Formats: sequence, C-alpha cells, structure tokens
Amino acid sequence: MESSNRDRKAKLLEIRDLYKAFPLSNSLLEQLQFKHGRLVRNRESVHAINGVSLDMYPGDALCVVGESGCGKSTVARVVTGLLQPTSGSIVFDNQRIDHLPPKKQLPYRRRMQMIFQNPYASLNPRMTVRQTLEEPVRFHNPGIGNGELKQKVEEVMASVGVDPGWSNRFPHEFSGGQRQRISIARALTVDPELIVADEPISALDVSIQAQVLNLLMEAREQRSLTYLFITHDLAVVEHFGSRVAVMYLGAICELADTATLFDTPRHPYTQALLSAIPRLNRDRPPHIKLKGEIPTPINLPTGCLFQTRCLYADERCRQERPALKELNDGARVACHGVEEDRIE
Amino acid sequence: MIRHWRLFVDSTFLYRFRRDKVAIASFSLLLLMVLLSFSSPLIAPFDPYDPAQIDIMDSDMPPAWQAEGEPRFPLGTDAQGRDMLSTILYGTRISITIGLFAVLLQSILGISLGLIAGYFGGRIDAFLMRLADIQLSFSTLMVAIIVLAIFQASFGTELYNELAIFMLILVIGIAEWPQYARTVRASVLAEKKKEYVDAVRVIGLGSGQIMFRHILPNTLSPILVISTVQVANAIMSEAALSFLGLGMPVNKPSLGSLINSGFEYILSGSWWITAFPALVLVLLVLVINLLGDWLRDVLNPKLYKD
Repeated sequence: MESSNRDRKAKLLEIRDLYKAFPLSNSLLEQLQFKHGRLVRNRESVHAINGVSLDMYPGDALCVVGESGCGKSTVARVVTGLLQPTSGSIVFDNQRIDHLPPKKQLPYRRRMQMIFQNPYASLNPRMTVRQTLEEPVRFHNPGIGNGELKQKVEEVMASVGVDPGWSNRFPHEFSGGQRQRISIARALTVDPELIVADEPISALDVSIQAQVLNLLMEAREQRSLTYLFITHDLAVVEHFGSRVAVMYLGAICELADTATLFDTPRHPYTQALLSAIPRLNRDRPPHIKLKGEIPTPINLPTGCLFQTRCLYADERCRQERPALKELNDGARVACHGVEEDRIE
Repeated sequence: MIRHWRLFVDSTFLYRFRRDKVAIASFSLLLLMVLLSFSSPLIAPFDPYDPAQIDIMDSDMPPAWQAEGEPRFPLGTDAQGRDMLSTILYGTRISITIGLFAVLLQSILGISLGLIAGYFGGRIDAFLMRLADIQLSFSTLMVAIIVLAIFQASFGTELYNELAIFMLILVIGIAEWPQYARTVRASVLAEKKKEYVDAVRVIGLGSGQIMFRHILPNTLSPILVISTVQVANAIMSEAALSFLGLGMPVNKPSLGSLINSGFEYILSGSWWITAFPALVLVLLVLVINLLGDWLRDVLNPKLYKD
C-alpha cells in the first residue's frame, strides 16, 4: 500500500492540531457590553482554523480545497510563519518551528517559500526584477559574490521562462502571467524544499493558468519540490495534486490521494463539492444541493462542523465532533456517518 | 543611471509638467528665487552682514525710481542704511534654509515614527498617534513662542541671537512632525497589507529592512506632496516668529524680521522696507504651494484630468 510506503519516508512537514482565531474586537471599550443590567466583557473571535492536522512527505503535491472563507489561506500563512498559530504545532524536518524566535527560524525560512495569489501586488513596484530576485539570495547567503549572484538570478529567470535580459525592468512592464513567473522565480532563488502556493493561478487568464501550472509541475520534477497548493479549482486539483485535503469551516473533512478522492468521495461535503464540477457527459451524478449558508466562523456549530448543512446528520453529529479516521484504502475522513457505514 | 533618466524623461510626470503653465511658471520662479538667494554673496551689491559697508547716512532711501532714490540702491535702504535688495537676497536665503532644514527634521522624525506606528500597529501605534494628537492640539506658533521666549529669557539675547537659526529649525521641526507621521502611517497601513510585503516576510527579512527598503519607497508620493506644503508652512512659521521678535535677530534678518523692522516705519512713509520683503515672502510661499497642489494632482492617479 502506498500509505505504508509513506510511513517509512521522513515527513517534511507535520501540522498537529492547529488552531487560529482572530480576535474580533480589539479595544476594551468595544468589548464591554450591558447584559441584564451588568457590564460584561464580551470577547469574540473568528475561528479561522479549528484543529487541522496534516502530514506532508517529500515530493507531495498536497492540494487544499474548500469554498472561500474555509481557512485554506490561513493554513498557508500559518505554515509560512506570516501568522502565529493560536495553538498547535508545526514541525518542519523534525524541528518544531512555530515557537522559535525569528532569528532561529531563518534556516527553515529559506527552505520554505511562498507564491501568492495576486501577481499585481506580490512584486514591489519600485524594485526592478533583478533587485527583487537578488534580495532573497543575498539575504540568505551574505558572502555571495556579485558574479555568482548574477549567475544564480539568470539561471532561475531562464528556468521560469523569463528572458534574463529583462532583469532591469520594473514589474509594471510585465503582464500578469510574466509577473507570476517572476514571483515563482523569487521563491525558487533560495532553492527551497517546500513551496506554499496560495491560489497562484486563480488571478490569471485561463490560457495562462495552464502555462503557469505546467511551469510549477516542471519545477517540481527538476528541483524535487514539495507543494502545499491552496486552490478552489477542482479541475486543477485533479491535474496537479498527488493528495487532496478538503476543508470546511477551518477543519479538514477528507484527506485522500487524488485518484481515490475523485473516484470515491466519502464525506458528504466532498460528495457535494465534486458533484458541483461541471461535466460534459450525460451520465454525471445528480448535483447535490446543500441547504443554507456556511455558518459564521464566529459562533461555530456544536458537534460536527458540517452538521448544519449535512443531509445525513443525526443526534450524534450534533453532539460530538468526528475525528479524522483512516479507512482501509488510505483515505482519511472525519464523519460519523462514514464511520458507522450510514453513508455509502 | 541612464535608464532611470530615460524613464524619467518618458514619464507622465514630465509630460504633465510640460503641459501645465502654472506648474512651469511656479517652478521657474521658485528656481529663480532659490538660485538668486543662494548666490547672494556673489551677486548682491552689498554685504548686509558687514558693518563697514553700511552707512547710516544712506538710511531710509526710497527705491531708485522715486525722486529721492539713488541708483546704488535699486529697492531703497532700510532705517540702518542697508541696501534692501541685498538684505532681501540674504534674508530669502535664511528663510529657505530654515524652511528646508526644519522640514528635513520634521520628515526624519515623522517618517520614522509614522512607519513604526503603521507597521507595528497595536499599542505602539495607539501611543504614538495619541502623542501626535496631543501635539497637534497645541498650535505650532504657541509652542514655538513659549520655547523661544523661555530660551531667550533664561540664556540672554546675546546667546539667542547666535543660536537663533538652529533654535528655529529645531522648534519648527519638532512641532510639526505629526503631519508627516499621520500621512506616512496612513500609507503604511495600506502598503503593508499588500502581498509583496508578505513575500519579503516569508524570505525572512527583519522589520527594519521591510519598513525602510520596501514600504517606505512606496509611500514616497504623499511624502513628496506634504513636503512641499510643509516647506511653505515652515517658511511662514519662521516669518511669523521673526515678525513677533522671536526669530532671526535684526543684524541677520530673515524675510520675517525684515518685514518686522520696516513695520515701525510704515506710517512715516517708508513703505518699501516692509513691502518688498513681504512681496518676496508671499511669492515664495505661493509658488511652493502651487507646486505642491500640482504635485498632488499628478501623483494621485484618481485625479487624471485631461
């Protein structure tokens, strides 16, 4: 089985019980409220991530999917250290990094880079491409010579398909697709092992999306990269991902190999999500319509996070939150119904 | 370098400058005033700081085109017999110097504090911004008058006259930092949410490098606009203080102290001692403000007119 192969391989990234809550009202005055004639301090927060555990192995392309607001981007930002987790741990290459002081995190920062969604905002408009690309190399290799630096930048530019002769241009002189290639180049200049990509192609034109996606896949093979790929595009997942994690309301409801997940979606939410992919063939499964809206992450539902919209929810689902349990084909599902064999 | 120059020549900035007559006129006038005043030791007919060149017998001469005027003194002389043209040239130089250095001090203080407040946010931000609010609730002139008057009273006029120019720069510079801090903070709040800042944070750069190398260059347009207006304001504050007798001493007059010294004689008919420096001051402040307005329009992409 593939899962047993994985166990023998060293984990590159291990996320355990990750929680992230954003306090909603910052100032004391906003928190004070009158309730039943008494002054009460009412602290609310947005629960963006509610207990995410993930393992990533070298060479993985783990796609995280889910509707907007489900916490996919927050997971990416916590992993790369842009946000501090409220609780839980992040272990990178057998070293817990989330509680290290910034100086000590530096060697791990180099091995973990990020690609952003908006190619128009992710490059500093006042810096030339050369300056943008040289900065991370110089920062992580303080003693590097000018010739070596130039060579490195040119090599990376060529590998992402941007003419090194354009290195003195400013970002506004490039198109969206070219800019995204430059942001990918910036991430690749420091030879990372893990790349966290936060919807890297959703802001691009469809014709460019395929090019950038192929570029990312080429880079994965040539540089043996591992991807944590955040997206909401299921077609991309099928094409790109080796494993998929489906998120709902800040928690993972299903985690499986791509083929397994698309063949046999287990979790009711995954089933609904996959039935929403437009398909051309006539024998497609009927579209599963979910009732209602995604609940607010301020007041989370009790029990299973999906119970308010689930077609199979029963009393146990309303009381007890299901854990992510591994099934015999390696897929992990967090659902009482699947566990009890109520849902096929 | 050549590339940057070419970018500048091709820019909309220069294009719009060439098409705006007010901007061209203001800029030429400002350039003329700055060049003339800063070359005053070379071009001025007299040195007003040199007592040997001043003759009390020449005092109160009207401008050259009037009947009693002399061609030696094209704009007349003041009550001490100093040539008005030379004195105005030297005075403008002092006014502009004080204006520039006061704004330099303001911008160093205001930009650093504004960057820190905007970037770190939270309690630091709240503390610095309340400090700015408190400072803004005192008017600049009030603070300046109190500080300068106390200094003058405790250290004597002699020392004060020597240090007047530094004191003015310090007082005007420190009193107006909140203007900068607020502007910079507002831009930083907008910039720091952009993804390029996240990207350099992922690389691992420290806060200082992120603030000064990445965020600051992207907040330069509002800083540039506010700087022009602040230079005009600083020159005005200096003139007001000098007019009140708390600025530059009479033997090293700025435009404000010149206006003040002529004010005593304005009713006895010697209007030129006040009128010419006042005219120069008004022109100087006006052209700087016009340029500032123009700059604000050009650098604000939402305001593309033609």
